[in-house]
Amino acid sequence: MNQLIISAATEGEVNPLMPNLWEMGVVLVGFLILLFIVVKFVVPMFEKTFAERAEAIEGGIAKAEKAQAEASAALEEYKQQLTDARTEANRIREEARAEGAQILADLKEKAAAESARITAQAHAQIESERQAAVVSLRSEVGTLATTLAGRIVGESLNDDERAARVVDRFLADLESQNAGAAK
Amino acid sequence: MHLPAILPWGAAEGFSKQMLLVLLSVAIIATFFVLAARKQQLVPGKLQFAGEAAYGFVRNGIAKDIIGGRDFIKYVPLLFSLFFFILVNNIYGAIPLIQLPTFSHVGGAYVLAGLVYFTWIAIGVKKNGLRYFKLATVPSGVPWFILPIVIPIEIISNFLVRPVTHSLRLFATMLAGHLIVMIAGSGIEYLVMQENVLLKGTSVLVLAGAIAMYMLEALIMVLQAYVFTLLTAIYIEGALHADSH
Repeated sequence: MNQLIISAATEGEVNPLMPNLWEMGVVLVGFLILLFIVVKFVVPMFEKTFAERAEAIEGGIAKAEKAQAEASAALEEYKQQLTDARTEANRIREEARAEGAQILADLKEKAAAESARITAQAHAQIESERQAAVVSLRSEVGTLATTLAGRIVGESLNDDERAARVVDRFLADLESQNAGAAK
Repeated sequence: MHLPAILPWGAAEGFSKQMLLVLLSVAIIATFFVLAARKQQLVPGKLQFAGEAAYGFVRNGIAKDIIGGRDFIKYVPLLFSLFFFILVNNIYGAIPLIQLPTFSHVGGAYVLAGLVYFTWIAIGVKKNGLRYFKLATVPSGVPWFILPIVIPIEIISNFLVRPVTHSLRLFATMLAGHLIVMIAGSGIEYLVMQENVLLKGTSVLVLAGAIAMYMLEALIMVLQAYVFTLLTAIYIEGALHADSH
């Protein structure tokens, strides 16, 4: 109580709205020192930390997003490749089938052609041989007939014995001639 | 309850307890935040986390929300310093043995309000040129015949009353809180010394009231630091965007 009365008595004359200039000076200087420290050190350090942290987080997110994008791109690519490969395989299979069929058909055709060619060749050969045989027979028969006739005419036809000899000789000649021709 | 004043209390000259506390607050704030900010770890420790939370409160809760834009960061140091300077100096009043909110002496409040006053005027002039005074006092969209009334009101409220209310709000709440706690303490002392037992017993009621007032004061100490800083941010924002007001 005494304290209160004393302080009321001493401060009663002082207007509380009138500042103490020394106190003002101390507050001004103290605040400016604080402001200087804050401007110079505190705010830059905090801002740097904030910026680094934001960068680290954003960098991490960006990296993760990039990795995810890459992964999905790769997946997409693999799917695409798989589809391509399937299509390709189907196409190749179809082609092979078609080619096989083509080859088979070609072979068949070729075989048919070949057999036809062989047949035709055989026919032609047979024909030509027959022609040759006919020609040679024809000439040989003529010659034979002529020779035979000459021989017959050159010998006495009355004599049976002679006639038989002539015929035998003729045949023997013919045989020897044949044998010589065979050689 | 009080530490004694170092040199004559309330004297026009001499180094008082109030001055010591002001300088001590500068040391406390600077030490705490420099220590907290120094390590700059991406994953903060406890101290750094506390410092960042406190810094972020002023940076994002006041500067960014009120001033906004890209250049709010320029005003963060001022707002940050104001908030914690006032906060620590106010909280002195709630600490036993110290128990002196330094802004219960009006000089400090005048100094800070004056600094803010010149700061926002300088910002307004720098941003808008001398046209700023017209922008700040002549509201747009007001009919011409009301202007003779509005312009003096704007001049008085913006340029004359604003710094006064800004400083006195802080000073008066701190002085009043200081006085209430002091009166309650003296009242308790007075009642306890009474002969009458019943009268002596009523000191318990005063004590309960004093504790409640103490809590309220502690709240007001924080709140006034916030209000002072918030108003500073609003004044700066008004000066920056004078042409859109």
